[in-house]
Amino acid sequence: MNEPSTEPSSGCGRASPAELSRRKFLSRLSFAAGGVGALIVMLPVAGFILAPFFKRPKEVWRSVGKVESFRIGETTAVQYDDASPLPWAGVTAHSAAWLRRMNTDTFIAFSINCTHLGCPVRWLPKANLFMCPCHGGVYYEDGTVAAGPPPLPLPRYPVRVKDGDVQIQTSPIPITK
Amino acid sequence: MFNRIFHRVWEWLDDRTGLPGMIGKTAKHLVPPDAKWCYVFGSATLCAFMVQVVSGVALAFCYIPSASEAYATLQFISNEAPFGHLLRGLHYYGASAMVLMVGLHMARVFLAGSYKFPRELNWATGVLLLAFTLAMGFTGQLLRGDQNAVWTVVVAAEQAGRVPFIGQWLAHFILGGETVGGATFTRFFAIHVFIMPGFIFAFVGLHLWLVLRHGISEPPKAGKLVDPKTYRREYKELIEKSGKPFWPDAAWRDLVFCAAMIVVIAVLALISGAPQLGKPPDPGIIDATPRPDWYFMWYFAVLALLPHGSEQYFLVYGPLLVGVILIALPFVFNRGERSPQRRPWAVAIVLMTVVMIAVLWVKGVKSPWSPNFEAQPLSASVVGATNGPVFLGAQLFHDKGCLDCHLIAADGGRRGPDLTAVADRLSANQMILKIANGAVNMPAYAANLTPAQMDALVAFLQTRTIQRP
Repeated sequence: MNEPSTEPSSGCGRASPAELSRRKFLSRLSFAAGGVGALIVMLPVAGFILAPFFKRPKEVWRSVGKVESFRIGETTAVQYDDASPLPWAGVTAHSAAWLRRMNTDTFIAFSINCTHLGCPVRWLPKANLFMCPCHGGVYYEDGTVAAGPPPLPLPRYPVRVKDGDVQIQTSPIPITK
Repeated sequence: MFNRIFHRVWEWLDDRTGLPGMIGKTAKHLVPPDAKWCYVFGSATLCAFMVQVVSGVALAFCYIPSASEAYATLQFISNEAPFGHLLRGLHYYGASAMVLMVGLHMARVFLAGSYKFPRELNWATGVLLLAFTLAMGFTGQLLRGDQNAVWTVVVAAEQAGRVPFIGQWLAHFILGGETVGGATFTRFFAIHVFIMPGFIFAFVGLHLWLVLRHGISEPPKAGKLVDPKTYRREYKELIEKSGKPFWPDAAWRDLVFCAAMIVVIAVLALISGAPQLGKPPDPGIIDATPRPDWYFMWYFAVLALLPHGSEQYFLVYGPLLVGVILIALPFVFNRGERSPQRRPWAVAIVLMTVVMIAVLWVKGVKSPWSPNFEAQPLSASVVGATNGPVFLGAQLFHDKGCLDCHLIAADGGRRGPDLTAVADRLSANQMILKIANGAVNMPAYAANLTPAQMDALVAFLQTRTIQRP
């Protein structure tokens, strides 16, 4: 029936209650359909973009040199590749560590990342100190903080000797909390 | 005759699309007659953004955002591609111009109280645009994929790591994994080229729509208060009485200024090109001196100078608080006095901000807190001896790293106090105590020097008095 409606309606003032509830249903259906479509697209997109949150690469042991090539009491820079780098990573797949030989069979591998904000620390062999080029952090030969803003000592990576080779286990960049 | 043909084509287009008429009407909307040169900075920011879009698209014809190839394509663009060097320069100086202009625009709007009723959302969208602009600058430097870019992304990840609860996740999101690698560059390319510009286009559209809706704000007058009940009517009266069409009576200033800005950008690009590429983006190369581009140098100084252990407050809560305050500003202070003559706090805030950024910027450029790794051993004339304890002490002063942080006769580092005339201040015993125990910003050398070495070092330092040449 085309009687004037007493309810507030959007648009035609002559819509019947049946027409109004149909319009309500149709607009809800439209929103729902749009929502479903958006969700179907957004879920894989979000998963793809956020993937690093969940994926953890399997860490591997990398050889960095023969045991004899490192002198006792000296700290040397060593380079090795990340665990499972992507094929197009190029030089960004490289990592570095400061390897210190303590005695015949004990090594320490220090992360090069300063615990303040991650810049690469340099080892000054005559001064027996690590110095960071960014904000003035300094560490002693054992990695403890000597001066400046770093809150923690230099992190250590797992290191072992296997078949005469010194090996460092690949690790995530240490992120200071 | 061509005039007639042109007019007929124009009218035909207007009939079929409606656009010429609409654009014409919008361009000629009335603006306050005394809105003059101070008002050009908004369109200057947009113009700089256009330079960035155009030069950026051009660069994308050649740039490969892959960790293994970006560096090679950048070298090609800089050294071999026709106009490549100039194009990189345009993109770099365009970025600098955009940051500068957005700051000037923000300061002008703030000082003139233009953020008040009814333009609160103009300000809010503007604050978001400021954040996007800085994000573009940051991600852009990263895409200049050299060694500096690698450490920039690591430092960014470490800062993100300070966010409570989600810090680790955020850091790994930024890196695209647990280390810098193949996934890092590509995500920043997507952010810099697709996501951020998408946001910028959307919010600039909204921002401009709001400017058209509310009109260009009239220059403030001391004593003329903004009252939401009466402002719209007063503005309408002012515009109808003395408003001038934006085109060309006001727009000419925008265009002249933008043209001048582009000339400056181009000249700078011609003279100095883009920043030199550093070493390849190899995280295994330990010799690095990471530095941000100039518009973040002041922030670099903040990172170096903030109190130890307070990173979370300065890097996470601080900026968050600033963001909240900025967005809330027009909602809290949306009426009343607009003139800077009657708003001393507003003037003080702008002055203090400018002074703070300028001072921190100078400090950041000099970065006295960084050790001077290039310090050479002191010359014989400065030392004043070629053998004996003083000579040995001078050698130790260099070898043990002291010279990296201290000055002797203008040579060395600036991290610690100048020791050119230290013997006038400290006795030998005081020196021994200081060197052995160190300080907050100085290592303790007790375990690092033999007694004989300590004696030699102190013997050398005791010769450092003001009478030395």
